[in-house]
Amino acid sequence: MLFQKSLVSIEDVSTEDIEEILKISDSMVKLLEAHKNPHSMDSYVMATLFFEPSTRTRLSFESAMHRLGGSVLSVSDVSSSSVAKGETLADTIRMAEAYSDIIVIRHPLEGAARLATQFTAKPIINAGDGSGQHPTQTLLDLFTIWKEFHSLDGLNVSLVGDLKYGRTVHSLIMALSRYDVNINLVSPPSLRIPDHFLARIPKSKKVRITESLDDVIDSSDVLYVTRIQKERFADKNEYLGLIGSYSIDEVIAGKMKKSAIIMHPLPRVDEIKPEVDFTGNARYFRQASYGVPVRMALISLMMGVS
Amino acid sequence: MAERTLLVSKINNGTVIDHIPPGKSFKVLSILSIDSRISYTVTIAVHVLSKKGGYKDIIKIEDRFLQRDELDRISMVAPGATISIIKDYEIVEKFTVKIPDEIVGIVNCPNQNCISNSREPIKSRFVVKSQKPILIQCFYCQRPLTDLEIITNI
Repeated sequence: MLFQKSLVSIEDVSTEDIEEILKISDSMVKLLEAHKNPHSMDSYVMATLFFEPSTRTRLSFESAMHRLGGSVLSVSDVSSSSVAKGETLADTIRMAEAYSDIIVIRHPLEGAARLATQFTAKPIINAGDGSGQHPTQTLLDLFTIWKEFHSLDGLNVSLVGDLKYGRTVHSLIMALSRYDVNINLVSPPSLRIPDHFLARIPKSKKVRITESLDDVIDSSDVLYVTRIQKERFADKNEYLGLIGSYSIDEVIAGKMKKSAIIMHPLPRVDEIKPEVDFTGNARYFRQASYGVPVRMALISLMMGVS
Repeated sequence: MAERTLLVSKINNGTVIDHIPPGKSFKVLSILSIDSRISYTVTIAVHVLSKKGGYKDIIKIEDRFLQRDELDRISMVAPGATISIIKDYEIVEKFTVKIPDEIVGIVNCPNQNCISNSREPIKSRFVVKSQKPILIQCFYCQRPLTDLEIITNI
């Protein structure tokens, strides 16, 4: 039951809740396709507190609430807000609690959303905290896979790129490890998944760690590509040498199963060539479009409105 | 045996911290703010042969009895240490320090990007994931800490 609960980490969500979110998200997709907006949240107000810039996440949360018929309050420019005057996050949350029914927060510091839950009884949704958690991204990633394969079991999922710093992959791995999936982790040694994180994956899970995309490309059902950030490398030549070997082009996409899909949390830079957009495997734009129905489902469940 | 007894002689009233892992007594002294300004007597034995095998450190503090939060701090750096409360040369209570299920306000999160290191009205907070070997996790940023990291962040 998500009713009146907060969502800070994907680990806050039970497997049953995930199933429910996926089903309701699917209903929301159908409603949106039929251009029907449910006006179930007419009397509800959502506050979006974004202490860090974000286009996609913020717009999709606001769009989701508007489509549910609710209202949105947002702090658009943190530099002019009370935060700039030295207000603590705790006080900002207490203020937002008085004005809204549900609070969405993105903050540059890890654990900010968890802190927010300590200062309000209203549900908090973590929309990203530093390099920590981003659970709604994980839910829409799971929905994209589920929508494609009608299940989250029996799949070969390969995560490619920055597995060290990428917050989306960490949450996704934790969520996937609840299901019957084989997980392949493909990255250069310097961006390998941290050992402490690897230790959290259940021992029963089949996890393969490799540097080579070739090892997994033809057996993967899902290729989840992430951005390798230039700023992670002290030596720019090392970055340039690496980026090519993890960049998906038409030739690499051609080695994939016909039914396999390529996902990416976006924005992408060099890791997926534009030519791949036109292949039957590309799903990253559809994945991004699911941000709205999945968040509509989540908000509805948290507010207890069907 | 007689020489060893002399080395760490009995105390009249106070606390004996025994079975401290060798070398960790200095950190325990620091946790208890035992320095040159104290007004009571402290005896320290480092690298003493233990009856249980191996080596240990011992600290005997006269006329001081430890508080709950001090015992919690000791459990972080010297898990397995035993505490004996002495009155009139007799042991009136003896127990092993126990790592609490949650550690509040004792260990600082080493993640500088963690909200618990900012100017918020909260204390640091860690959940104990494993007692042996000790593994704790920041309640806020979820950063895990092992024994060495815990010692350097107390």
